[in-house]
Amino acid sequence: MSVIRISDDALARACGADDVASAFAAAGCEVERVSSWGMHWLEPLVVIGGQGFGPASAADVGAILDGSSSKAIGRIEDHPFIAGQQRLTFARAGRTRPLSLDDYEATGGWAGLRRARQIGGGAILEEVVQSGLRGRGGAGFPAGIKWQTVAGAQGPRKYIVCNADEGDSGTFADRMLMEGDPFALVEGMAIAAEAVGAQKGYIYLRSEYPDAIARMQSAITIASSIIAPFEIEVRVGAGAYVCGEETSLLNSLEGKRGEVRAKPPLPALEGLFGCPTVVNNVLTLAAVPHILTDGGSAEYQVLGIDRSKGTMPIQLAGNIRHSGLFETAFGITLGELVNDIGGGTASGRPVKAVQVGGPLGAYLHPDQFDIVFDYEAYGAADALIGHGGITVFDDTADMGEMARFAMEFCAVESCGKCTPCRIGAVRGTEIIDRIRAGGRQRDVIETAPQMHNAPRGNRSREDEVRLLEDLCETMKFGSLCALGGFTPYPVMSALKHWPEDFGK
Amino acid sequence: MSRISEIVSLHREKEGPLLPVLHDVQAEFGCIDGAAEAEIARELNLSRAEVHGVVSFYHDFRAEADPRPVVQICRAEACKARGIEGIMADAQDAAGSRVRLQDVYCLGLCSAGPNARVGDTLHARLDGAKLREVIERA
Repeated sequence: MSVIRISDDALARACGADDVASAFAAAGCEVERVSSWGMHWLEPLVVIGGQGFGPASAADVGAILDGSSSKAIGRIEDHPFIAGQQRLTFARAGRTRPLSLDDYEATGGWAGLRRARQIGGGAILEEVVQSGLRGRGGAGFPAGIKWQTVAGAQGPRKYIVCNADEGDSGTFADRMLMEGDPFALVEGMAIAAEAVGAQKGYIYLRSEYPDAIARMQSAITIASSIIAPFEIEVRVGAGAYVCGEETSLLNSLEGKRGEVRAKPPLPALEGLFGCPTVVNNVLTLAAVPHILTDGGSAEYQVLGIDRSKGTMPIQLAGNIRHSGLFETAFGITLGELVNDIGGGTASGRPVKAVQVGGPLGAYLHPDQFDIVFDYEAYGAADALIGHGGITVFDDTADMGEMARFAMEFCAVESCGKCTPCRIGAVRGTEIIDRIRAGGRQRDVIETAPQMHNAPRGNRSREDEVRLLEDLCETMKFGSLCALGGFTPYPVMSALKHWPEDFGK
Repeated sequence: MSRISEIVSLHREKEGPLLPVLHDVQAEFGCIDGAAEAEIARELNLSRAEVHGVVSFYHDFRAEADPRPVVQICRAEACKARGIEGIMADAQDAAGSRVRLQDVYCLGLCSAGPNARVGDTLHARLDGAKLREVIERA
């Protein structure tokens, strides 16, 4: 009897994977808990000898074992969702036990670190630059250039900080990586340390991810002798979205309010405790072990298009039928992702809007589905790739409400340091309310006789729209960080494409 | 030695020990009140204002304890796209005054919402009835 493999990823567990696993164990089967394949609509997914069954419940155990289950989906590796991917960062997804050093080694683990130690700092930097790897957290800054800056900087100590504060709605790749392949992140951080000469690393992990916290802590303990003398420590966030911004994250790590710092100085020169610091996202660091294997850098560099090199773990979320993690080279169109791979909406209704890049990303209209996944192409369309999250909405969504929520979210999560974000977001929700109400009457102050410069008439809906545009312009160019600076993207894109949801 | 000094001594050697200390105090006492802030400040050689500034900044820290069970419900975009707003009335009805409902922005299960969290247990693919059950069992 072959081994039953079931994921112990947080999503699989939230969908009942533990009960399914216990039911198989009770039926006398040997059960192995592995990482998730990323086919989330099929979780809990049961794999027996390469054949998949899902979404399974404890009640399906008998039928799965006697071969009569209607949940059979055939060979996992032949499933179009898996066969259509190019998995580098998530090469182990579904295949290994997350905390097994044997499984990790057997699938090429530590090869990147071993080679990195042989070739030394300068050569590592060269290969990372050559690979074209860009920061996967959202900003897309070339990782190799950042590392070179830290390597060349002077300081009493140097740090590697992993940004695992994955707060964007619609994203879960960091969580899956940390829960499913934690040693890959440990290895990536150790390679970064080797490259820049850092002694200590921190993983700043959000408190909303209890499973990932426990998993990373175990992984660090298990791998400590392999990465020594480099040390890694997990630090848990405290529920502030803005701490995903790198300078705010550094303040939080230092034990301060998570307020954004003005740049310059760049964290690469004066980062954690004023020392040169590499701050990279989980996916950026986890892409590094593959790049450092023999020929890995060249292989990475040929994937993708233009200046967006390599692969991106794209997260299909929200109202989408085939939801989950889809890693592929840059260059795929949004239409392919949503309709062909994602299979349209889960509700079966028409797609109305797609938000790419988390709460600060633009809402894209189905008319824009030919846009290709590429940092520059999205930038040119006033949109962003961000962390690669794609959230699909069907035609029941009220985009006016979503625009209002974007402002409200910014107001709740603003760190308060800069005015456009702290006050602009509050004013933004008020203006959107007035637009949706069709304008407003003159207020008490405006009608006072001494208010010579106040407009004489009532404010029309169009007046309020102009005011919102003006406010968004101010937030975009006047905010210190992406929270205030990018909130205008979802707001203005919703207003542009769905004016009927704003009372027009 | 008070419990708070014990907690501080666990973390004193760390670089930037304040957040780990606050997490432990919050977990143990259910809140970080003025007296705790003052003691933490004294132990770490910070001003009370510095500690209060940090406590009040983060959503995870509370100034007053709330003995009620907490159910965190994700209200972010992906869960909205999957219908969380339509079942919030059920949730409030089930919670009444016995359970505290807390909005959170993203539990990272965005492909299987609506989602909720009780303690360290996550619940996905909720509908009105299932969310009600999660709240009633909290």
